Amino acid sequence: MSTEERPLSPHLTIYRWPITMTLSILHRMTGVALSVGLIAFVIWLEAIAYDAVPYDAVRGFMDSVAGQILLLGWCFSFFFHLSNGVRHLIWDTGRMFDKRQAETSSWFVIVASVALTAGYWLTVQGV
Amino acid sequence: MAEFTLPPNSKIKKGRHFAAEKGSANLRQFVVYRYDPSSGENPRMDTYEIDMDSCGPMVLDALIKIKNEIDPTLTFRRSCREGICGSCAMNVDGRNTLACTVPADSIRGDVKIYPLPHMGIVKDLVPDLTNFYAQYASIKPWLQTRTPAPPDHERLQSKEDQEKIDDPAACILCACCSTSCPSYWWNSDRYLGPAALLAAYRWLVDSRDEATGERLDDLEDPFRLYRCHTIMNCTNTCPKNLNPAKAIAETKKMLAERRH
Repeated sequence: MSTEERPLSPHLTIYRWPITMTLSILHRMTGVALSVGLIAFVIWLEAIAYDAVPYDAVRGFMDSVAGQILLLGWCFSFFFHLSNGVRHLIWDTGRMFDKRQAETSSWFVIVASVALTAGYWLTVQGV
Repeated sequence: MAEFTLPPNSKIKKGRHFAAEKGSANLRQFVVYRYDPSSGENPRMDTYEIDMDSCGPMVLDALIKIKNEIDPTLTFRRSCREGICGSCAMNVDGRNTLACTVPADSIRGDVKIYPLPHMGIVKDLVPDLTNFYAQYASIKPWLQTRTPAPPDHERLQSKEDQEKIDDPAACILCACCSTSCPSYWWNSDRYLGPAALLAAYRWLVDSRDEATGERLDDLEDPFRLYRCHTIMNCTNTCPKNLNPAKAIAETKKMLAERRH
């Protein structure tokens, strides 16, 4: 029988995700979210440059519930990507590779990104 | 491109249930991935009830008991039963490990046993390791020298230099790390994977090896080395407590440093 016909053993669905794996995929997802967010940012800038009417429209959307959720998501994405990015820089120097260190730094990244998001939202956004 | 779902011929069906004899105490259920290439059927999960009072403590002991006493068709690799040969590498309770070093006691609930993830399956718990071994061979896992050997003794190295290769040389090539790595799942045709890269590092830091430049040339590739995104599954799962992720990071550092 040809090796092509061999069944593929299960992977994503049966693997018990270590926290480092979850953060790795979150890093990718927040990166994509930030790229999309950049487009929204450009639309906002264009609206400012164009006229008060489109600016009010964009502003109106951003003030709506959906807009606020999007902004909160982008805000978290930014701080998560930043915190985990710093961890990647440390890893690039060959440090913090022990299992324990990787797990601890994962929690550190989560706490830091949530705290930074909350801090920003409460102070600068003034909610 | 990454394929996140299993192809149609790999979808897992419900399997058979082998109940223990009446009156057995201390029962434990082992749910095991089965695939019979001669049947033409999809893989299935068979359930075996085992009386742990008459079974050895390790997951491998239970598999051997199943094969000896319940279902002789169950197929798996095993040899040393003491964590040094690497044959019984499989996915137990969601983690890649050696079945002979995992006590069944350490697992809560039913003991789920799958073959190493994202591999072509030859039969039951036996994955096809052809590509894995070919990748190991591709990093030229032997001493390469230019200078002639000393006439009256071996090529010597200091204790400190030996210590640099102690850990990476302790790899038993069980494939737990490579098959735990999502990057390897999606790109095993081009990404070497943590096991082969740990072996490559073992020769890069060997003070007696004289092919460091060529070895680095071979690794400097967007896929062969740089598909590693520091997901850390390799280091988390290694049954020998080695650190392939760190070895890969050190290799990337060597490449960055030689550009200056």
